[in-house]
Amino acid sequence: MNTGSGALAYLDHAATAPMRHEAIEAMRPFLDEQFANPSGSHRFSRSARRAVDEARDDVAAVLGCAPGEVVFTSGGTEADNAAIFGAVRRHGGVAVCSAAEHHAVLHCVEHLGGEVVRVDRNGLIDLDALASVLAAVSARNDRVGVVSVMAVNNEVGSITPMRDVARAVRAGAPGAVLHSDAVQAACWLDVRDIVLVTDVVSFSAHKFGGPKGMGVMVQKSGITLEPLIMGGGQERDRRSGTTNVAGIVATAAALRGTVEQRDAEIQRVGALKERLVAGITSQLPDVMQTVPSQHSVAGIAHFCIADVESEALLFLLDEANVCASAASACASGAMEPSHVLRAMGVEPRFVKGALRLSLGHTTTVADVERAIEVVVASVRRLRR
Amino acid sequence: MSGGVDSSVAAAELRREGHDVVGVTMRLWGGESDTGCCSVSDVDDARRVAQQLRIDHLVFNFSEEFNDTVVSPYVDAHRNGTTPNPCIECNRHLKFDRLSQRARLLGFDAVATGHHARIERQPSGVWRVARGADTAKDQSYVVHMLDQKELAYTLFPVGHLTKTQVRERASELGLRTASKPDSQDVCFISKTGGRETFLGHRIPFRRARVVDESGTEVGAVDAVELVTIGQRRGLRLPGGSPKQFVLAVDVEAGTVVVGDESRLACDTVMVGNTRWSHEPPALGASVLVQTSAHGVAREAVLEEIVGDARATNQVVLRWREPQRRVAPGQSVVMYDDADRVVLGGGIAL
Repeated sequence: MNTGSGALAYLDHAATAPMRHEAIEAMRPFLDEQFANPSGSHRFSRSARRAVDEARDDVAAVLGCAPGEVVFTSGGTEADNAAIFGAVRRHGGVAVCSAAEHHAVLHCVEHLGGEVVRVDRNGLIDLDALASVLAAVSARNDRVGVVSVMAVNNEVGSITPMRDVARAVRAGAPGAVLHSDAVQAACWLDVRDIVLVTDVVSFSAHKFGGPKGMGVMVQKSGITLEPLIMGGGQERDRRSGTTNVAGIVATAAALRGTVEQRDAEIQRVGALKERLVAGITSQLPDVMQTVPSQHSVAGIAHFCIADVESEALLFLLDEANVCASAASACASGAMEPSHVLRAMGVEPRFVKGALRLSLGHTTTVADVERAIEVVVASVRRLRR
Repeated sequence: MSGGVDSSVAAAELRREGHDVVGVTMRLWGGESDTGCCSVSDVDDARRVAQQLRIDHLVFNFSEEFNDTVVSPYVDAHRNGTTPNPCIECNRHLKFDRLSQRARLLGFDAVATGHHARIERQPSGVWRVARGADTAKDQSYVVHMLDQKELAYTLFPVGHLTKTQVRERASELGLRTASKPDSQDVCFISKTGGRETFLGHRIPFRRARVVDESGTEVGAVDAVELVTIGQRRGLRLPGGSPKQFVLAVDVEAGTVVVGDESRLACDTVMVGNTRWSHEPPALGASVLVQTSAHGVAREAVLEEIVGDARATNQVVLRWREPQRRVAPGQSVVMYDDADRVVLGGGIAL
């Protein structure tokens, strides 16, 4: 049924973004002639080492931390796992997170038998509930080991006021490690604000035009974590494994490019998102923008569409060459009902018709126009 | 596409005939399983076959509907002491209802599966399910519920092939499922735990007395919910006595009545929830009746239709010769007097 026509409208940047050209160029020599292991003691190694050191300096400058606080990982998931397991294994105590966290956080906290805090209608952690949970842990003579709250929700795009979260955590659990999964934040927020108020922060390179298989964990000086991966002692013993020079160099290049253009992109993509939201909601009844734009990032437009099933809608979109997503997929590739929408208390009639259109550095007006046309036509067809 | 050889070859056949084909694997069971088509490795097989055939492959999550229409009724049936056939309910509610509905919605002209049965259009225009070419693998019994509308929308591309031919075609095409063993088991019940573990987590088992026909206690069972009419083993009867069979199960009273095999013989079977492929046969018509997936069809007469047979659906069949009692919950399928096409079927009461 590949009957679609025209170019692909890629509106799934939150799943992964196309690589930025400067990142591809930056990594190319390290996949080819400059293949040395930077841990070696010859001149060939030293040149690889220099590339990694420079990349680390660049990443630190952009994230507002010291170079020694940057730990390169295999991705956002590893950074999340390293933060949560690392904190609890080193310091003990209870792990706490919000109910709308990505599974890379939620499953770790559940695995540790931790506490999950409810979220509000926009998917943001309920600060009163957080305070109560922290107080309840103290009241039973226990201690909070780590609190993890995402900066931007990966499904619905809502932006957590991390400063307020930090205030609540410092007041209610002064000894706890405060972690934030900022995987969806780098393109849309000044992440220095997040790094400033937290102890550990996770990033994923492929969400901002870097390569897959690369992440960054900012581990603030003075914060100790039990390493998840032990071995040769790379990354100052915080993350062993042969240094991924090409990946690190490309990550730094992608992050630099993203941050240089970020303010302009927020304006440009934000306008595209508004066009998309208006185009869809004005033409279709019973469609809600799940989180209002003032509470969500420019790159994520999430809708809940009554009386439509996401799987069917995504099929029709795919047929028409529009790439979108609904919630997260399980190992078999099937769509799982969204734990985020459930936690937000979205009404059952709307919850099955989740649609996430996510935009980014390659998104054009034509993509948005195409998506509006196809979404409107597909929803009408499914509702017939 | 379950990830098995039949649906793999079904897709290949359609492709060969020039159809525009999309492969779909239904994700049905969210819980633990090591047998059925919901395991990730089976989905991987289905996807790899689709890739080899150069067709798109999708996974549809129907686990909620599966739980509501197959798993819960299965558990309830056991709780009530009947013997359900969940694979038939899955065909009824998932493959030929939920999936077909979605396929229609998405603009597909037909849904095809790898069942060993044939769909024919008779000169009168009436659609019928006929037995598959491979009599040993015939699955017309499990798709007996299809009505005219559903039959017109369904294809069984391997129904005219024997299993051996299906495997040969898969081999010729180099499909990774070519020599994969047939699945025999209920997909949501794991091989390691079995039915007992599955049900044990969901219903409180009740002990029952095993009594003979005079009411004398002769044995005991730990779970009356697992006992089936006609069962012979697991009743803890004293050794040396003649073979005893379960004649009746009374969950409420907590008794299982056993007796000689001859006491299982019945002259009639009452069938509920009957669905006809087309019109019901005339009263007094001779039909061939099959009461298990690979059983032999026996002659019977359609003796009575209770109420409006097209809507509600109770019928009484009188055997030409007495037959072993059918366990309530089992599907009873009627074929024409040539034992070739399905007329309809329902569930033994």
